[in-house]
Amino acid sequence: MTDTQDPIIKFSDVTKRFGDLVVLDHFDFEVNLGEKVALIGPSGSGKSTVLRILMTLETIQEGQIELDGIPYREPGGHGPFHASAKHLHNIRSRVGMVFQGFNLFPHMSVLRNITEAPVVVLGLSKREAKERAMQLLEMVGLADKADAFPTQLSGGQKQRVAIARALAMRPRVMLFDEPTSALDPELVGEVQEVIRGLAHEHDLTMLLVTHEMRFAREIADRVCFFDKGRIVEQGPPAEVMVNPQEERTQNFLAPYLADRQAGV
Amino acid sequence: MMYGFHWDLSNPLAFAWSILPIILIGLTVTVEATILGFIVSLIIGLALALLRRTHTRWVAWPTAVVIEFIRDTPLIVQLFFLYYVLPQFGILLPAFLTGALALGIQYSAYMSEVYRAGLDAVPHGQLEAATALNLSRTRMYVSIIIPQAIPRILPAMGNYLVSMIKDTPVLSVVTVLEMLGLARIIGDRTFRYLVPLTLVGAIFLILSMTASAGVRRLERALPKSGILLR
Repeated sequence: MTDTQDPIIKFSDVTKRFGDLVVLDHFDFEVNLGEKVALIGPSGSGKSTVLRILMTLETIQEGQIELDGIPYREPGGHGPFHASAKHLHNIRSRVGMVFQGFNLFPHMSVLRNITEAPVVVLGLSKREAKERAMQLLEMVGLADKADAFPTQLSGGQKQRVAIARALAMRPRVMLFDEPTSALDPELVGEVQEVIRGLAHEHDLTMLLVTHEMRFAREIADRVCFFDKGRIVEQGPPAEVMVNPQEERTQNFLAPYLADRQAGV
Repeated sequence: MMYGFHWDLSNPLAFAWSILPIILIGLTVTVEATILGFIVSLIIGLALALLRRTHTRWVAWPTAVVIEFIRDTPLIVQLFFLYYVLPQFGILLPAFLTGALALGIQYSAYMSEVYRAGLDAVPHGQLEAATALNLSRTRMYVSIIIPQAIPRILPAMGNYLVSMIKDTPVLSVVTVLEMLGLARIIGDRTFRYLVPLTLVGAIFLILSMTASAGVRRLERALPKSGILLR
């Protein structure tokens, strides 16, 4: 993590409301190129919303966001995002997202799930897209499942396919929204293993929302603790997760710290 | 005699047998009108459903009004309108085409509701995944939403197909000689209505049951998760 470069992600004074509920409250946040950031905190604290806003799945009411130096809103832009379809397309081409519920396309084979967007969005030939998909399936350990359908896969396998699908678009930023929360405990490891592998990729910026403290500590360069739409405390995991300064962080991390002390 | 066929009034069975060729000529008209009308309703129905879902309010709102208007006025009024009023504006269509079009337009309103239910039933996560993969809105519908909606809406579409078959006799009021119209003419000329009308009723029964069975087979043949359109 170098502080001198321009951040790849920049939230400036962003406020996001659902009706009366304030989800992000004058929120500032920066992420550097290649940085791996874990977002932790209680449910409803706004951490998933940060990811969803970056993916343009949610609009904001106030403030500014930049990705790769591109502001999310266009001057004079129309619609809920204040941006043209072309502009949103440009932003989305830099971001990939992995969802808690996998969201694989059930009517497509595993291979087709991965090749569809590269073919129709990036204009790759079917052969190129298939090559790329097979490399990624190899990487996530599912090369033998290329012709299977999502219903034939376990949750862990589905999520690994979903990761491959997102990577096939070659995003600069990968967003993981509680990628292991919907999984049976014995399947969590195989998905974490794949994400761990990605964390070694130098240029890939990663944002991970998770409740797996041990995993967050392991892969993150920086941990951000969220509460009530703000980052209450952040820093290297070795500091925030071992010796939290804020009371809310201490309370939230208490079970994890107790486990650590007990040597679990 | 009609269309060169003589009718045999000696007994009901012989009568039925002698008028069958005439009624079957009417059947081809019934089937053609149904097929054409159904295709029209599938296409316009989808268009209406998609227009109604747009985020642009000045498109979605008038579309909803049009759908409601078509649904809430009788088919026969629409048919008369197309047949008697359009020519005043210089649009002169053959009676058969007018009839099939009226059927198709009326059913497109019903069909748009069927599509709407099917499109709404596709989980929101599918749209989010498609957005995250940067699919355009059109592509999202073609590749992700419509393919998953089709197996869900097939049974309801089958119902409307059968319903439309049974509505085709309306065409006889604008001089299209389909089965029922022919049966009535035969009755008028012979003063025997029982046999021709029974025959037509039986043929409608067979036609509708065949259509239902066909749709059920299609339902079974399609994967529940959806079909690929491309």
